[in-house]
Amino acid sequence: MPCIELTINGERIAETVPDHHSLLDFLREDLGLTGSKHGCDMGDCGACTVMVDDRPQLSCITLAALCDGSDVQTVEGVGRHDALHPVQAALHRHVGAQCGYCTPGIVMRLAALLKVDPSPTDDAIFSALGANICRCTGYTKILAAAREIVDTWSNHSDGGFA
Amino acid sequence: MSDTPTDDGPPRSPDGAMGPDSFHVGEPTHILGQANEGKIDGVAKITGSAVFTDDIRLPRMAHAKLLRSPHPHARILSIDTRRALEMPGVLAVMTGEDLPTRHGAIPIAQDETALAIGKVRYVGEPVVCIAATTEEVARAATRTIRVVYEPLDAVLTVEDALDPTMPVIHEQGKRPSNTTRRVHQHFGDVDQGFAEADCIHEAVYQYPGSTHVPLEAHAAVAEPLPEGRLKLWTSTQNPHYVHKTVSHVLGMDETDVRIIKPDVGAGYGGKCETFVTDLCASWLALKLDRPVKCALEREEVFYAHRGRHPTRMRVKMGMKNDGRITAIDFEAIANGGAYASYGVVTAFYLGVFLTLPYTVNNVRFTTMRMYTNLPPCGPKRGHGALQPRFAIESHIDKMAELIGMDPAQLRRTQMITAPATTVNELHVPSCGLDSCLEEALLASGYAARRGRLPTGRGLGLAASVYMCGALHGVYRDDLPHSGVQLQIVRSGRVTIFSGTADIGQGSNQMLAGIVAERLGITPKLCRVIEGDSDLCPVDLGSYSSRVTFMAGNAAIDAADKIRAVIAQAVAPSLGAVPAALEFRNETVSAAGRSVSWKEAVRIAEAAVGTLGSTGSYRPPKAHRSFRRNPIGPSPAYSFTAAVAEVDVDIESGIVAVDRVWCAHDLGRVLNPTIAEGQIEGCVYMGVGEAILEEQLYDQGQMQTPSILEYKVPTVYDTPTIEAILVESHDPGGPFGAKEVGEGPQLAIVPAIANAIHDAIGVRLDHPPFTPEKVLRALQGRPIAVPDMPSLTPKPR
Repeated sequence: MPCIELTINGERIAETVPDHHSLLDFLREDLGLTGSKHGCDMGDCGACTVMVDDRPQLSCITLAALCDGSDVQTVEGVGRHDALHPVQAALHRHVGAQCGYCTPGIVMRLAALLKVDPSPTDDAIFSALGANICRCTGYTKILAAAREIVDTWSNHSDGGFA
Repeated sequence: MSDTPTDDGPPRSPDGAMGPDSFHVGEPTHILGQANEGKIDGVAKITGSAVFTDDIRLPRMAHAKLLRSPHPHARILSIDTRRALEMPGVLAVMTGEDLPTRHGAIPIAQDETALAIGKVRYVGEPVVCIAATTEEVARAATRTIRVVYEPLDAVLTVEDALDPTMPVIHEQGKRPSNTTRRVHQHFGDVDQGFAEADCIHEAVYQYPGSTHVPLEAHAAVAEPLPEGRLKLWTSTQNPHYVHKTVSHVLGMDETDVRIIKPDVGAGYGGKCETFVTDLCASWLALKLDRPVKCALEREEVFYAHRGRHPTRMRVKMGMKNDGRITAIDFEAIANGGAYASYGVVTAFYLGVFLTLPYTVNNVRFTTMRMYTNLPPCGPKRGHGALQPRFAIESHIDKMAELIGMDPAQLRRTQMITAPATTVNELHVPSCGLDSCLEEALLASGYAARRGRLPTGRGLGLAASVYMCGALHGVYRDDLPHSGVQLQIVRSGRVTIFSGTADIGQGSNQMLAGIVAERLGITPKLCRVIEGDSDLCPVDLGSYSSRVTFMAGNAAIDAADKIRAVIAQAVAPSLGAVPAALEFRNETVSAAGRSVSWKEAVRIAEAAVGTLGSTGSYRPPKAHRSFRRNPIGPSPAYSFTAAVAEVDVDIESGIVAVDRVWCAHDLGRVLNPTIAEGQIEGCVYMGVGEAILEEQLYDQGQMQTPSILEYKVPTVYDTPTIEAILVESHDPGGPFGAKEVGEGPQLAIVPAIANAIHDAIGVRLDHPPFTPEKVLRALQGRPIAVPDMPSLTPKPR
């Protein structure tokens, strides 16, 4: 079993993992970070989306062993209840989470988008969300939250991520 | 209502209802009705700290995996489990005989066992369950099981199911047949109605099967407790019915079983029953004396199914030249799959809502729900009422064209006005459909734009009705349908205990909002403890769109009782009579004097002791002159009008649904953001069924058992949705509120079908409206809807 060293939510971690274990299983089973969800285990739904080196990644079809040396961020690391990420705050206000099962993936997908582009176009927002399935909301409140962030940030010179 | 219990128990009103003294209909609100306030459990969900069943881990927890049938219909000749039992890490192997007690969603149709016994009835039916120390070992062990099957002829279509020479799927019972339920009802004089008609039109429609695809797969974690008791966490919409069923099947007293519904990753009707996960995890946990998790994988969720019944329908409608419908003659036959599920209820729902939302006095219907060797169908959002609404609303537009009348005006002339009682004795206390229709027409520009848009672009309208819970529960008894208990401690915190199941729809926020409104406090002071059978009074569950109406009223009842106790205690210190006290902004006040909410609680606790109250709701008894409508009567009905705008590419046949305006009468808006979200979700799910979703089988084998193959709408497929909230102030709803979680979906598919006709001039009577169907119709060689079979029973 390979030993991997990586950063997860800012914490340095060294663990041995079986070759075939997914990043999602590693996060959930080995580290107890259950915020990232099993939706399909085939890369179809996006509920397991995390950020690996600032890029959105489907953790259910990513081998943990290949994340050696990576910087992984999960929903548990992107914000806290007392310091919500702007995406989380906007989703909360707009009730963009109904059942909440797709939500960690949506949060990470939008957070990753805003990291590379603080004022994405509507096309870019659609392109990002196109990889995540939500069965509750019709995406309407999720889009409203995303657009509100863009509108707010376009009025701030620091681009949001100060 | 008295504030203190009496020996006579709660008072009963003459109509059998139980609930608050006042529903506070039309009263101004200060907490309810606020937009963009989030919801009480929202932060847990956006931070990933919400705990779903699969997130639960217990010491020594074993993992259970299922082996499923590869045959649609076969006798089980033998099951060899020896190799599995020899594998390191395997703890137990369970087969059907280990838990043989039959169960089912409906008491009169208990035809399932935890695992198949004797034969299998669909591809994907669970046959063996293996518990092991890890999920990987359990999964590997299922592959070592050798089951010898003797394949039988498979009953795959409704024609097969009607054929007396085909095998019977369920052999038990006095007169075995493949009919789960046949319903025939006749109201008014249908033949006379057709005789009076100026125009009669008849057509056959086929509505496809579809499934819920909740993103959270079904899961259960069972933990054995001392003294032989059992604790079961389960992903369910109906913890109360799971409680009853698990206790019954395991032969345990209900007091020894604790059911907990953690956060649930939605249901849409798909988690209304007790599943194999619940029963196997429970049995294995008790056998092994250690916790057991049984969580389905995505493919297995497609086999668990319980989704939309594929339904063929024949509509014959008579109409006067002024647009009035004189008669409806209707037949429907639904392919129900291998087990009854809620299919008895489905057979009724296919017929009982035919006339609403219109006044139609002559109606006759025959409906049948059939057993076949496919995964079992059950309730999906708009259960059973959605398929006929598609047929009727499509049919109305066709007849509007035949008589040369505007479809909106045709609907306007005969929409029901409340209060009203339909010909099949459904009592409608409130109806805001007139406002829904006008608002949807206005917002969409229907009058000016329909028929005038460029080829390929079109607008379509449809209207619909839905129920707010059933007057009759699944079990016949006199018990309340919903109970709420409040505990108020001296810090001012209010804990709301309710047997409800928030599965994402926001019922926790509804409960907190109503209690906070009546006590004049912020919802943030409320905690909701729900869906735990050891802690909470019973609520029947999140089905039939019953929760806001019933649990909301129980919450008012409980809140008003404790408010009266606090008012009585605080009034002397304010120098006022209790009835004059106002509860608002965390203050109790009268005539210029006030105390804080916290102080009021302390005064009351000092006066009467520990503060708590209970509230109940039981709907009024159904109208009893017509005894054959056990299913359909509801304390109130919601109404919807929707307009869809489509863009049909006549080269590719691709239908894009660009916009949907959906106006819904929800009685009273308790939370606009959450209510809009429910409408938006309904529109989304309707669009999926209209253009993408269909369960297809080949020789009983599902062709699309993954999210990739079974196409659900992404953000790209979803229209811009304008949710319009219409209030009608139902006289029996909490603050006048009605349902909003299911009703809006019923109008969506027919609105899209009618819009496609406006866009390209062809009629599509068989969703989903795929490119192939569109192109074939445009080429003048449409894919025909299969013929309607005869619904006259044939002797075996």
